[in-house]
Amino acid sequence: MELLVSSAIGLLTAGGVFLLLRARSFEVVLGLTLLSYAVNLFIFVMGRLAIDKVPLLREGVAPSLANHADPLPQALVLTAIVISFAMTAVLLVLALRSHAEYGSDHVDGAEPPAPEPRRRNP
Amino acid sequence: MSLLAAQLPVLPIAIPLMVGSLLIIAGRRWPAGAAAAGLLALLANLGCAVALWQFTADGTVLPYLLGNWSAPFGIVLAIDRLAVLMLGVTAVVALACQLAALDGPLRQGPAFPALLQFQLMGLNGAFLTSDLFNLFVFFEVLLISSYALLLHRADRGALRAGLHYVIVNLLGSALFLIAVSLLYGTLGTLNMADLAARVPLASAADQPLVAAAGALLLVVFGIKAAALPLGLWLPGTYPAAPAPVAVLFAVMTKVGIYAIARVSTLIYGAGAGALAGFASPLLLYTGLATIIAGTLGTLAARSLRRLTAWLVVASAGTLLAALGSDTAASAGAALLYLPHTTFAAAALFLVAGTVAVARGPDLEDRIEVGNAPGRGVLLGSLFLFTAVAIAGIPPLSGFVAKLIVLDAVSDTPRWPLTWSVLLASSLAAVVALSRAGSTIFWKSPPSPQRVPVGRGALAALALLAAAGLAIVLWAGPLAGYMNAAGEQLAAPSAYISAVLAATGWVAP
Repeated sequence: MELLVSSAIGLLTAGGVFLLLRARSFEVVLGLTLLSYAVNLFIFVMGRLAIDKVPLLREGVAPSLANHADPLPQALVLTAIVISFAMTAVLLVLALRSHAEYGSDHVDGAEPPAPEPRRRNP
Repeated sequence: MSLLAAQLPVLPIAIPLMVGSLLIIAGRRWPAGAAAAGLLALLANLGCAVALWQFTADGTVLPYLLGNWSAPFGIVLAIDRLAVLMLGVTAVVALACQLAALDGPLRQGPAFPALLQFQLMGLNGAFLTSDLFNLFVFFEVLLISSYALLLHRADRGALRAGLHYVIVNLLGSALFLIAVSLLYGTLGTLNMADLAARVPLASAADQPLVAAAGALLLVVFGIKAAALPLGLWLPGTYPAAPAPVAVLFAVMTKVGIYAIARVSTLIYGAGAGALAGFASPLLLYTGLATIIAGTLGTLAARSLRRLTAWLVVASAGTLLAALGSDTAASAGAALLYLPHTTFAAAALFLVAGTVAVARGPDLEDRIEVGNAPGRGVLLGSLFLFTAVAIAGIPPLSGFVAKLIVLDAVSDTPRWPLTWSVLLASSLAAVVALSRAGSTIFWKSPPSPQRVPVGRGALAALALLAAAGLAIVLWAGPLAGYMNAAGEQLAAPSAYISAVLAATGWVAP
């Protein structure tokens, strides 16, 4: 399970970084979303992976981490999800307005000039 | 303690939150009343800072348990000298921002007073909190309000700058979360005082992870503070902001500096065992490189606002270099330099914004020969005054602050390098500012129509100038206070025990 979760986080991060570097506002939004998924999973995992454990105290079970999942990362992840959701919404509005204003999806608002074909010196 | 005194530490967060929420409703219907109410709340906020200063000036660390949950289970606010200093600086700058926006409460938009309150809440919370995750949350509060402040009534240029600003900061937030959860995963706590107590106990296998988290935090705060490779968003963003907003943004880079100072002295400070001060050399060299980049930027800048933005970058470098020199005296000197540079940069942004309006939309504040702004004498003297202050020429605050920084780093091993970079950057700032001033005010023929300088902008400039003059007049006591703050940072045990031993408030 460790391998599965950690490679999932790694893949999400790699995809997020790749999309971020594309310099198109829509892809940047997607990249940041993927990155925030990766971060949220990472926070979750920092409370250690556990199967069949709930973060709720029960009668007759000693209140220790051996019997329960750590509740704090779950609370942190909830906060992080809410914040990143709101920020993604802000960014989407901004990207849409930028597209409408400049007529280009590039984050600089205009296509960069195409590189001139390299000519050999005579 | 009476109820009000016991709740005093939370007021700098609670007042802007409540007033801001009310202003959202009121701002649309009574814009003038909302601006006045916002101004009153900002005055109350300044009052809170002064009251807290009285409680903590003797070196006590004032803890406040949110919801009466004791540390490390609940979130604790902790107020020491550094936090009070930041509260005070922010309160003055926020007041200047609201005053400058009074010139056209409608031109700045009906939401402006409310947004300013939320921004203030985020800033104050970031300075007061002693919990790393809570620091993240307050960072997000101040960032989302700053997006809104930057972008409402935005023109085309501001839109592009705003998009870059938002993307860079969202990436920073992701890194912040990784660092925070890494620290929780290795040390099992998020309370900064508790973290400080646990860092030296980290096992050898965990130490690289704790160091990696620290380095990530440094990157995140470096983005906010505009340290060299991470701060290239700043010179595009600040000039695009409306002048009153740029005034407030002068304090935003200082949040990053504050967070670096807090985390590097508390969590990775003297008591951190193997990890003590692992970032200090990095801070020094990053700071020096940032000064050089900022200085080159000021020389190359083609508009007054862009020039000011590069000066802000250079000042962030000065602060980082002084913090990275890693003595209590240099930290104290950095803390004296911090209010000076904040006030001076805020004033220069305001002057540049006024010049841009006075010269009309064709020229704005570009450093080109053209129409001199109407009211040339008044604006010119204001420019001269702020330029002298920010460049560090006697007799104004920049001279005192830079002198104290130079004096404080003079007994560190790298002082020749630090001195030469600092002095060269001051010289270059003088060259750049005098070139800009003589081009805009002397070489240009006077403009045919006279645009009045707004009363709000004048009041804001008077406030900032008074604050700058206070730094000169009371330089001795202030330097003493900053030194004490530097020593308090260098010996964080009192902070740690005050936070961890805090007991809840019981109704009398």
